[in-house]
Amino acid sequence: MVEILKPQTSEQVVDAIAWASGEEIPIEILGSGTKRGFGRPMGDANRTVAHAVDLSGFSGITLYEPEELVLSAWAGTPLAEIEAAVAEKGQMLAFEPPRWARLYGEEGGTLGGMIACNLAGPRRVKAGASRDHILGIEAVTGRGELVKSGGRVVKNVTGYDLSKLLTGSFGTLAALTQITIKVLPSPETIETVVLSGLDDEQAIQAMSVALNSSHEVSAATHVPGNLSDVLPGGGGAITAVRAEGFVPSVGARSAALQKLLAPFGATSTLDMEASKAFWSTIRDVEPFVGTDDSLWRLSVMPSEAARIIAEIGAPAFMDWGGGLIWCQADTADAASLRRALAAHGGGHASLVRAGEDARRDIPVFEPQPAPLAALSTRVKDSFDPRHILNPGRMYEGV
Amino acid sequence: MKMPDPDVDVIARREDILAAMQSLVPGEGVIADATGMAVYESDGLTAYRQLPLIVVLPETVEQVSAVMAYCNAHGVKIVPRGAGTSLSGGALPAADAITLGLGKFNRVLEVDFENRCARVQPGVTNLGITHAVEADGFYYAPDPSSQIACTIGGNVAENSGGVHSLKYGLTTNNILGIEMVLPGGEVLRLGGKHMESEGYDLLGLMTGSEGLLGVITEVTVRILPKPTTARAVMLGFESSEAGGQCVADIIGAGIIPGGMEMMDRPAIKAAEAFVQVGYPLDVEALLLVELDGPSVEVDYLIERVREIAEALGYVSMRVSESEEERLQFWAGRKAAFPAIGRLSPDYYCMDGTIPRHKLPEVLARMSKLSDKYELGVANVFHAGDGNLHPLIMYDANKPGELERAENFGSDILRLCVEVGGVLTGEHGVGVEKRDLMEEVFTENDLKQQQRVKCAFDPNQLLNPGKVFPTLHRCAELGRMHIQRGQLPFPDIPRF
Repeated sequence: MVEILKPQTSEQVVDAIAWASGEEIPIEILGSGTKRGFGRPMGDANRTVAHAVDLSGFSGITLYEPEELVLSAWAGTPLAEIEAAVAEKGQMLAFEPPRWARLYGEEGGTLGGMIACNLAGPRRVKAGASRDHILGIEAVTGRGELVKSGGRVVKNVTGYDLSKLLTGSFGTLAALTQITIKVLPSPETIETVVLSGLDDEQAIQAMSVALNSSHEVSAATHVPGNLSDVLPGGGGAITAVRAEGFVPSVGARSAALQKLLAPFGATSTLDMEASKAFWSTIRDVEPFVGTDDSLWRLSVMPSEAARIIAEIGAPAFMDWGGGLIWCQADTADAASLRRALAAHGGGHASLVRAGEDARRDIPVFEPQPAPLAALSTRVKDSFDPRHILNPGRMYEGV
Repeated sequence: MKMPDPDVDVIARREDILAAMQSLVPGEGVIADATGMAVYESDGLTAYRQLPLIVVLPETVEQVSAVMAYCNAHGVKIVPRGAGTSLSGGALPAADAITLGLGKFNRVLEVDFENRCARVQPGVTNLGITHAVEADGFYYAPDPSSQIACTIGGNVAENSGGVHSLKYGLTTNNILGIEMVLPGGEVLRLGGKHMESEGYDLLGLMTGSEGLLGVITEVTVRILPKPTTARAVMLGFESSEAGGQCVADIIGAGIIPGGMEMMDRPAIKAAEAFVQVGYPLDVEALLLVELDGPSVEVDYLIERVREIAEALGYVSMRVSESEEERLQFWAGRKAAFPAIGRLSPDYYCMDGTIPRHKLPEVLARMSKLSDKYELGVANVFHAGDGNLHPLIMYDANKPGELERAENFGSDILRLCVEVGGVLTGEHGVGVEKRDLMEEVFTENDLKQQQRVKCAFDPNQLLNPGKVFPTLHRCAELGRMHIQRGQLPFPDIPRF
């Protein structure tokens, strides 16, 4: 039975963690708990995680100044609430945070969870990830101390960038309490240029041509025929690139992209509404939603994506112009999958979804070379010397 | 500003250390004579000077690793250095420290257009990267004003920005990977040609760490296709409020310009007197807005900007009609620093960032401070992202003026913090703003940053005396102060 504490102020988070730290009691840090399936099962034979700090009640936008492009909120604020607030002012989170909850049969997600997992959607190729938009953070370390980093201005190099370090740290360094992010104007319109029937290798070439052009492509994906059923207009292989921005500009760039991509076959286009539906399907990894099958996320050198997929031989689609591969490979093939990556320019593979036993036996995050693993452990120790926060979620013993 | 007392024991061992360095870095890679070392005695913050213990200029990562392992084993401090253009004293030497210059690491190792990246050594200049890829229509986006001279290694260490950072980001948003050497000599690679670094974002942490965590020996940068068109709009306003409102309205209209710079009257006057580019002299605020992208977009946005400026009642407006004219508009802004240099024997460049809407208030209060300290100040401003560069004019030969200028500068930075801003937007803390860190951070904040430092550099040998106002030993920082007891929080809802 897990005892759940639901603090609603920073002071309460400090109290809870200082207590856990003092008693050396391991705790799970939770937002709405929709992505609990990502990461190693926590604790081990000697340490059961029987307490959780649930931040979902620590919610609300504390500052939003559209003209300053800045928004702050408590960590437990629902992501949907934030996206609705910025949409009202014609703005967006430019890194297009995906709804990974759906991969685990859940709905929802919080700002804190988004930052803790460093989420990024199709616009990663142009706008970066959560880590590229975080401006400031307040968090409670495993020592039970409230610390802050960064600020509320978009340009700041005062002190180490601990905000980035905490982004993507899966709650293993500190419990996030308040987060400040950069917001950007939403595009006036969107158009998607689509090619049909390409194989993976041709698709990589087509996406590369588009991304290397001056037409400011904001997303490039390829879904093979066996996975495209969930896509609007799916059925065969689909390769798509997106142009966004002001109306006259998008029209001109879409036309230029169609011309540029003509050597790869006949092109068609999706208008704004169809584009939104298409890209949210890619963003939320819909081809792999609705099953429990093991799922891998591979961050790779874009030019090698087709060869890596061929070598792995499991159902897979690409985003980020080939830089991201979603792949439904069996957990038994973990080692050969990681070897394929290493042989093709490096990168890393994360086991995003699998049964608990598999996630205990197989490294969920890419194993690191010894000096880097040792450094990561020292960084963990510097925040959480007693390893009480989400122990073992990223790496065994860390 | 007080630097840590030099370790006399290390200085006494100088001959031994020199011999060791000469064996590790053969040839002309070790400089030990005062004349040879003189060029390294300061960086872009020229008010501070100090001869290093020895200058070492390695050529290979193996040499860097060997030098660092030796220094770690023998308790010798190291100050890493790129081109030495830091404006915050980030590369200021110490009498008991080796200055480790990365200038010989000056090769572009690989350009990979397929993956839109380039692998370069840290001593390659910022502009050198663009030069290596521009024939193929690409460029490297961050463009600090020292880009002709400053190196990419230094850019990573300082997380350098530039006039285009609002739209294209800072260094941290434009690099994919690094190779680095830890103080113990271990060589690590973070990231690569893929888009996300694995595990903790140590690449993000290293960027902007001011040479305190490791020495960078290779950088993989993103390169971008060059926009086809760029045009600039030059707007004059009768008040800084109107200029600031124009910036807010442009962003409010969903436009993120490639660059958006503002100058106040003293800066406009100085720049125009220096380069004669036709800046209006009857305005309080001059705004340069650069729009880049496809020509159809640029033309469209220029009209939108014109409408916004018209609604605010601009005093003057010009739109660049040729590339030559665009560069001319920028020439005054880019020459602002030397232009001030013509009016004043010395100037001191500050670097605070403020929430943009606080600009009129900050300028008004700065003008009062100017009266109080009896020193002139001119302002150039990265208006899009709120990064303010006040240039304080003084004469170092007049007794007390440098000190007055520094106190004026400190007051300006305190003002930035007071209105919700920060000490530094792009120049770094270095030694210059070190003693102001407590204005921004609590003791807990600073101690946690120093604990991270200890995870990389447990003997605290890298770039001593920078960034942190108070030094703590790593063992002391690591200690836990535990209060055991009952669950002390009856108020927290439990389930």
